[in-house]
Amino acid sequence: MPLSEFIARRLLQLIPTLIFILIVVFVLVRLLPGDPTSAILGDRGTDADIDRINRQLGIDRSIPVQFWLFVKSVFTADLGNSIVLKRPVTELIVQRLPVTVALTALAALIALCLAVPLAFVAALRRDQLADNAIRGGFQIGLSMPVFYLGLILLTVFGAKLHWFPVGGYGETFLDRLYHLILPATTLALSLSAVLMRNLRAAIIGVVDAEYVSFARAKGLAPRLILIRHVLRNALISTVTLFGLSIGTLLGGAVITETVFAIPGAGRLMIDSIYGRDYPVVQGLTLALAVLVSITFLLTDLLQAWLDPRVAR
Amino acid sequence: MAAARVRLPRPLILGGAILGVSMILAIFPSAFAPYDPIAFDYGALSQAPSLAHPFGTDNFGRDVLSRIIHAYRIDMQIAIFATVFAFVFGTIVGAVVGYVGGRTEALFGRLVDAIITFPFLVLVIAIVSVLGPGLINMYIAVSVVGWVFYARIIAAEIKVQKRLDYADAGRAMGYTHLRIIFRHLLPNAITPAVVYWMTDMALAILLGSSLGYLGLGAQPPAAEWGVQIADGKNFMTTAWWISVFPGIFIILTGLGFSLLGDGLAEVMRARK
Amino acid sequence: MKDAVLSVQKLTTRFQTPRGLLTAVDEVSFDVRPGEIFGLVGESGSGKSVTLRSLTRLLPTGASVDGVVLWQGRDLVGMPDAALRGVRGGQISMIFQEPMTALNPVLPIRVQITENLRAHTDLNAAARAARARELLDMVGIPDAARRLDEYPHQFSGGMRQRAMIAIALASNPRLLLADEPTTALDVTIQDQILNLLLDLRDELGMSVVFVTHDLGVVAATCDRMAVMYAGRIVETGTVAEVFRGPMHAYTRGLLGSIPRAGTERTPLLSIEGTPPGLAAIPDGCAFHPRCSFASDLCRASRPVLAAIGPDRAVACNHADAVRAAGSPAA
Repeated sequence: MPLSEFIARRLLQLIPTLIFILIVVFVLVRLLPGDPTSAILGDRGTDADIDRINRQLGIDRSIPVQFWLFVKSVFTADLGNSIVLKRPVTELIVQRLPVTVALTALAALIALCLAVPLAFVAALRRDQLADNAIRGGFQIGLSMPVFYLGLILLTVFGAKLHWFPVGGYGETFLDRLYHLILPATTLALSLSAVLMRNLRAAIIGVVDAEYVSFARAKGLAPRLILIRHVLRNALISTVTLFGLSIGTLLGGAVITETVFAIPGAGRLMIDSIYGRDYPVVQGLTLALAVLVSITFLLTDLLQAWLDPRVAR
Repeated sequence: MAAARVRLPRPLILGGAILGVSMILAIFPSAFAPYDPIAFDYGALSQAPSLAHPFGTDNFGRDVLSRIIHAYRIDMQIAIFATVFAFVFGTIVGAVVGYVGGRTEALFGRLVDAIITFPFLVLVIAIVSVLGPGLINMYIAVSVVGWVFYARIIAAEIKVQKRLDYADAGRAMGYTHLRIIFRHLLPNAITPAVVYWMTDMALAILLGSSLGYLGLGAQPPAAEWGVQIADGKNFMTTAWWISVFPGIFIILTGLGFSLLGDGLAEVMRARK
Repeated sequence: MKDAVLSVQKLTTRFQTPRGLLTAVDEVSFDVRPGEIFGLVGESGSGKSVTLRSLTRLLPTGASVDGVVLWQGRDLVGMPDAALRGVRGGQISMIFQEPMTALNPVLPIRVQITENLRAHTDLNAAARAARARELLDMVGIPDAARRLDEYPHQFSGGMRQRAMIAIALASNPRLLLADEPTTALDVTIQDQILNLLLDLRDELGMSVVFVTHDLGVVAATCDRMAVMYAGRIVETGTVAEVFRGPMHAYTRGLLGSIPRAGTERTPLLSIEGTPPGLAAIPDGCAFHPRCSFASDLCRASRPVLAAIGPDRAVACNHADAVRAAGSPAA
């Protein structure tokens, strides 16, 4: 099937997933101890407030109606107000989520720039010193907690050497990029370790494949073989892995934002959970779930583009 | 059978050694720690590493080395308790689901996918925030989410084993399904889950120390590596040893588990 | 040989392994004439595939090649890599046993053909596209224009093999190296591919070195042949002569183990024992432990491949005795 049809199909498949997410979030909030109204209002709420929220949530109505009201509120972007910060949840999300996305995207980019060339070196010099050094280094990186690495990088490159700012986010686009470099690198390390390991194994598998021999038998230049034949095939499994690692990446983002004092959605999530600010938690969960689904879609599409066998 | 002269792979030996030492330190910390881990010593605040205090003291005068050694107990506990329940429960559920197959398995797959995709850490923090901070709640939180990884691995393996001849033989002999699943298929299917368990323990230490750092796991004044790092995070430029040394042990212990897992995987591969 | 297009002289290939240096190809010599199909026969492990790959140095790292491989007057063994790449694919092409793994699964067939053309010809894009269509027609793939944009997994086994041949012939090579190209195919498809190769040889005037373990295939397609055992050539000659009068006990054994229909039923000759692993090749003649004609001389010294006529050579101390014993395939 042509690529456009495949894309359309996958987009359609996104809809039930989104519905599922809505259901899960709806259920989770109602599972919390206490009733949703006091969850939303906190301890401070006049009777008038309580009545208003009750009506808004449809507490006295049946569950399906409540769910419908919930869905409606999501689509009108009215996710309630933050108890702690006293601002609309939607506004908070719009302000903070892009920061996390920027951090995560930059980290992914750095991770790829690290993982791909090193995976090639390690694979092509398999079992030699370079390979063992690279694998050993990444193994240590994998065992290193994100907050520890962040703390060290922040201290060495920020506080001591003054090459980078000591946390914070900055104002202009370039300034923000500058602020994000250190935290993105922290976040990138464990991801690049996982990617490198997988890519290295994939390259080794591909390099021994017959079609590489055939390509050599055609007398093609080694660089061409490497890029067109080896890399494209090796990337296929790595792209899938990358998609699956989004969850871990977002988790790491939470910690990184804490260490580097970056005003992102991750930190907001933690603060909100601490502060029992349920409207924010609910809104953020929704937003994150949607974000993750879209990332999955993108990686699926990337994989279909790389590997024509998938879309059939 | 060449079993007698099998050379154990180096990762296995190295990992085993690290973990062996870790277990000893976890069980008998007082025998090795020179000082009381929670005793303040106002006369020795934030001292740099010296002969008396090889890893220095923290801002309360506590000996960093002794705290690190005592932290072994908590962090090794975390490695075990945050994973073993998930392992057992996930294995059982995975075995049954993988055997039954069909719609159940498809549905289960969807559920697993949904859980796996969501940021693990966020889920755990959310659960901990509802239950309240503390080690036991952390074990619960991690297990509640973590069992699906084991279930997925086991279900896939059981699916493969189910098609092999000896499974048919069991059915031909009229064994009950339960017996087939647990006495015949599972022993053959369990190896990947055990290898994953090793990796999971390394991840559990990372997770546990992260929660400790955030204040949601082990609670001060308990000695736990994440807590120690948090203790020292504001003193990185003046008393770096408070945070730096505990981190090294997180890395070391995590490496131990990873190496053990790699070594086990190699041994299993060779056995095939 | 005077008019040989390919002359292999004392080709030796060794591999560095954890168990030491192993010799996979041991002083192999043969010649290939223009337009002829030369069969290289032997069981698995005889070194025939490695020999083929050694001709264009298509070996993994850790392998060393000695000897001389003269191609149109130039020695391929000592040739620098860049020049060798020009020869590969352009003048000497190779096809493999398993087309599913030999074709890159993520590239359409058109790209796999045109990259050969880009590397070895000066054709522009339009000319390349036209040539690609022409090639698919030539190898008998119908509906060529549409199939060019398809991927390997969309072709059936026989079609895939034809596609691989098309790719290999893109730049009009003078020599085709075929590594068991029909072994993985059904018998009927096998026939088609063999006929295709014969037709192409006639049309294009190229030579073929055909590696196989199947003597039936050799009888059907090859002009001349060489038999390999334990990395060494034990007998060469035209197919007719070798089949009629084998002069090495191993060749005789191979011929005797082909079942033949339509004649009186006689027991199949089988050779006792198994071929030696590369690390355990016996002293003297490699075949002597399994040879019914063996003598002390065979155990002591290794027989040299000696010419006993134009186009006829054998490496056996008792060649006359073997010939006298007659051919099971006569």
